[in-house]
Amino acid sequence: MSFINYLSREINCKIVYYGPGLCGKTTNLQHIYNRTNPDAKGKMISLATETERTLFFDFLPLEIGEIRGFKTRFHLYTVPGQVFYDASRKLILKGVDGVVFVADSQMLRAEANIESMDNLRTNLAEQGYNLDTLPYVIQYNKRDMPNISPVDELRHLLNTGSVPEFNAVATTGEGVFETLKSVAKLVLTELKRGAAR
Amino acid sequence: MASPQMVMYEEEFAQVQAVTDRLVQDANARVVFVVDKNGQLISASGDTGDIDTTSLASLAAGNIAATGGIAQLLREQEFATQYHEGVRQNVHIQVISSRVILVVIFDNRTSLGLVRLRVKRANAQLTQIFEMVMAKAQDPFQNSPFAEITDDDIDNLFND
Repeated sequence: MSFINYLSREINCKIVYYGPGLCGKTTNLQHIYNRTNPDAKGKMISLATETERTLFFDFLPLEIGEIRGFKTRFHLYTVPGQVFYDASRKLILKGVDGVVFVADSQMLRAEANIESMDNLRTNLAEQGYNLDTLPYVIQYNKRDMPNISPVDELRHLLNTGSVPEFNAVATTGEGVFETLKSVAKLVLTELKRGAAR
Repeated sequence: MASPQMVMYEEEFAQVQAVTDRLVQDANARVVFVVDKNGQLISASGDTGDIDTTSLASLAAGNIAATGGIAQLLREQEFATQYHEGVRQNVHIQVISSRVILVVIFDNRTSLGLVRLRVKRANAQLTQIFEMVMAKAQDPFQNSPFAEITDDDIDNLFND
């Protein structure tokens, strides 16, 4: 749910990175943080365990420019990917404007991807959202790893709605900004459409 | 969308700011924040100088979301008030009309009792204001800045 402040002339939107454990959600945010002009970003907050697994969420506020005199800010969140943190995932989806599903391309993670995608649909539905109508993109991450599934296969399993999709290697940054730009654009287009209704 | 977009117009923003400015004074607090439950900062009063307000807003919302989750498990409606006691500073958090969060940061120049008392009054005033804000947001005839934005405007944002 976006927030528009007329006095400070700001538009704030919330994007959530979702996906199975260790698929690279936090790495996406870290890359964005490292490669963004200091003026355009706030602090990155990671609520993680001692072993650097996300416990609650990562948070990165990002300013991408002005539209008609309104500063446009995106608040990027990741969810904890591990299955048993489901209660936390539900909380983070509250008020979401756009979703990035980060899939792990490794063959061994195929089942975890599908499980996480089902979980995303269920948790969104509980909040009254429908993934098919929400601004949403998919990222096939870890394309540099051995034993990865072909993109066609991942598409067949995960991208049944033919949403924008991107190959990525989040550790090197490949595909990270393309993914972010795509979802940010979809969010703004959806807000514009909502305003015209 | 699951919940209506929140739009703050100057009039309501000024009203919220007036309530929080007064709360800083009356409660002798250091800082007062109003945060949307989704983690967006709405207003801040007092000595915000060295505080990362954006991060604070997001973490306060996360905190309320987590305690809300605990409440649900215990079949409570919500825990509307929270208090965190530190060595030098304390934080009092109050959920207002299930929609926004009022965060008061204070030190030993005041007391929890006074903060609670003043928050109670601010709560009633903010409830009224945010009911108006939400009613406006649901009004289909209300203008949104997005109504005038073109596809080109959006494309231009992403031109490198």
